[in-house]
Amino acid sequence: MRKRSGCKGSTPVAAAFAVALVALTVITTYLFVVKPWWFPKSITDVGNEIDAQFMRTLWITGIIFILAQLILAWVIFRYRAHGRERASHFEGNAAMEIIWTIATVVLFVGLGLYGEDAWAKVHYQPAAAGDLQVEVTAQQFAWNFRYPGADGKFGRIKPELVSASTGNPVGLDRTDPDGKDDVVSPIIGVPVNREVELILRSQDVTHSFFVRELRLKQDAVPGMLIHIHFTPTEVGDYEIACAELCGLGHYRMRSLLRVMSQDDYDRWLKDTAANQ
Amino acid sequence: MASHAEAVHAHVHSAPTGFIRKYIFSLDHKVIGIQYYFLALFSVFLGMSLSLLMRIHLVWPAIHLPFTPGGQMTPEQYLALLTMHGTIMVFMVLTTAPQSGFGNYFLPIQIGAEDMAFPVLNMLSFWTTFVSLVVMVAAFFVSGGAPIGGWTSYPPLSALGEIVGPGQGAGQTLWIVGLAIFCAASLLGAINFITTTIDLRAKGMTLMRMPLTVWAWLITAVLGLLAFGVLLAACALLLLDRTAGTSFFVPGGLVVTDQVITWHKGGSPILWQHLFWFFGHPEVYIAILPGMGVASHLLSTFSRKPIFGYRAMVYAMLSIGFLGFTVWGHHMFISGMSPYSAFAFSMLTMSIGVPSAIKTFNWLGTLWGGQIRFTTSMLFALGFVSLFVSGGLSGLFLAQPAIDLALHDTYFVVAHFHLIMGVAAIFGIFAATYFWFPKMFGRFLNEGIGKVHFWLTFIGVYCIFMPMHFLGIAGHPRRYADLTGVQYLSSLIPVQRFISIAAFITIGSQLLFLFNFLWSLWGGKKATEMNPWEATTLEWSIPSPPPFDNFAGHVPTVYRGPYEFAVPGAPHDYIPQNLTPAEAATGLTASGAPVKA
Repeated sequence: MRKRSGCKGSTPVAAAFAVALVALTVITTYLFVVKPWWFPKSITDVGNEIDAQFMRTLWITGIIFILAQLILAWVIFRYRAHGRERASHFEGNAAMEIIWTIATVVLFVGLGLYGEDAWAKVHYQPAAAGDLQVEVTAQQFAWNFRYPGADGKFGRIKPELVSASTGNPVGLDRTDPDGKDDVVSPIIGVPVNREVELILRSQDVTHSFFVRELRLKQDAVPGMLIHIHFTPTEVGDYEIACAELCGLGHYRMRSLLRVMSQDDYDRWLKDTAANQ
Repeated sequence: MASHAEAVHAHVHSAPTGFIRKYIFSLDHKVIGIQYYFLALFSVFLGMSLSLLMRIHLVWPAIHLPFTPGGQMTPEQYLALLTMHGTIMVFMVLTTAPQSGFGNYFLPIQIGAEDMAFPVLNMLSFWTTFVSLVVMVAAFFVSGGAPIGGWTSYPPLSALGEIVGPGQGAGQTLWIVGLAIFCAASLLGAINFITTTIDLRAKGMTLMRMPLTVWAWLITAVLGLLAFGVLLAACALLLLDRTAGTSFFVPGGLVVTDQVITWHKGGSPILWQHLFWFFGHPEVYIAILPGMGVASHLLSTFSRKPIFGYRAMVYAMLSIGFLGFTVWGHHMFISGMSPYSAFAFSMLTMSIGVPSAIKTFNWLGTLWGGQIRFTTSMLFALGFVSLFVSGGLSGLFLAQPAIDLALHDTYFVVAHFHLIMGVAAIFGIFAATYFWFPKMFGRFLNEGIGKVHFWLTFIGVYCIFMPMHFLGIAGHPRRYADLTGVQYLSSLIPVQRFISIAAFITIGSQLLFLFNFLWSLWGGKKATEMNPWEATTLEWSIPSPPPFDNFAGHVPTVYRGPYEFAVPGAPHDYIPQNLTPAEAATGLTASGAPVKA
């Protein structure tokens, strides 16, 4: 009888492996239940819907995770080698293959279909008429937000007029009548409970507009105007972070989304216009 | 069949005797496999060192590191490390070791061939890969340093040159050239793998008798053939944008730090993303499929049972390979591409979870009822299954565009792809290393050190990557050189610190592996038996290490499938593929001697 590495004394290793997998499962599940680090509270209805879909996905993947890791732990311990005993002999089971194939198709594709509703609300439905339009200009490593002013029209912008150092970061052409009342601000203020439509553009490289409380992220791509919309329901200051690697200052390309009451918003916009 | 006979005939050549033809410019697939493996070994320690420096900088930004003589690490140095870590790991390790390394060494032997179909092409593909590594690493040493655009190198950041950041000048050019060379090398390798598998199989080695490792290498080669050509074209276009004034990826009217870019107009940055990810998603499977093959192979061998659902495993890998080409858009949900296409990409991505789930079910079915032998290689194969499940499930979140709105480009993604494509694939490489080392070098790796290495690595990687999911959920963007720019990140610094400490321990424990590997080459226990693991495939029917022409002039004949374990009534609990039915039934050779199995 030849000695075989790995089949003698398999119990301690098998037990250790099973314990490690159980510990992994328990600790991971505990953390996902207790949520010591988690999403901040959502400030849009669509955000709540995304959270609900996240939780649905977490339940399904969580159950699969727990079952798979625990079954793995169990088979490792239960079927550890006993000396030279022979394993059972079977080469598969077509019925089982068909059942779990169909089951996973239904589960995974069904889950994906369920989640399409929130995506449709963000991207298939345009912003409603009468929304607040704000143009977002991303550049290394700053955000600028432009309001069309009382006339509701954005004035012309020209690349050659861009001069961040002299206070015209978006290249606004003040000779254009539509642009005379445009307001440019380094933070974005919006009134609560009103739909906001952002028109995203970038001057140099690709950036990404990300506000975690909105559950919203959208790349700002040079050469494109990209529209997204949201309706914030809670007053407060929320940080905007750049989420697409844009160069050495990527980590500090931040700004603020300030959601205010209508009165505060009107006052803020007036002050911002006066100070620019 | 004529071409088959010719191809076999072409390899009946005597072994080279000179050092250079034997070890440097060798035509022997086994030497080339080992060359690839050593290239990957060098690269993995380089890539890991870069991540070590990143982890130090993230949590102790004030620390003075040896290569930053002026003081602390700058954001651009951090991003250069990040870019090169990703690039080296993805291309020089995950693409190279499991496919070009082990595939080169064992694919011809497992199908009963003397060598690859095109030995000269094989040598060229290795040396081309070597040149590409040298070109890429050279990016560290040019003015401006290595590029800072990440391994995905999205234009315009990668197209506009030094004006958009240090490292985007000569460093970025070298990166693109290096990558293009790598693509060419991979194409050469892919053609060779496919031809070899189709043309050079021994008598009796039907497709459905091929070990799952061979299936995995074959499918991976097809993916490589279709994907690397596209990346090569993309690299050429990007290089033209940088050097020849074209505008494939750069639109007009750009302004960088108040300077108008007048020499570009009309290009699309998103076009690069489509080309890159059309390559990039199959690349994920290029990295993981060989690991799946190795895990399947080892789970069957060391649980002493036939693979559960061999055909289902083959079909699952084929459908992963096919679907892998239809899901690239899930990397681009927020890129500005049509949101309607996101629906299609999402559904296809959810579907690719199905063959992945089938594989997991079948792995558990293979273990079920087995007699599991816990060799170090088996521990890594079992670890692979656990990691594959953990890393795969988070894909179901990211495949949904609505959830991706929150999680895209956060640490959640970093956790996902490191677990599945990084660590699971690396576990496949480790499993293969502990398993085949005695065949390759005639000596065993030390199993005791191996087990310590396994435990530290297995626990360590979970401690590194599981917490990253929470960073992502809390909104921590990836690729941040510093955690002070966005204020809400300050509450997440303790998690980052925990991850860094876990990374130090995990990286440190890889030195155990390195020591074990180098020491065992000369001082390891000798592998005197041909078949120490009692395995069934053809590589175990020849001496360790194998002779120059693998089967010593004898062409093996294959009589059965690759996983004939625990067959009722058979004299042993395993029947090698090359035993004749009579030998298998009696355990005796024609002359009456016991079969040396």
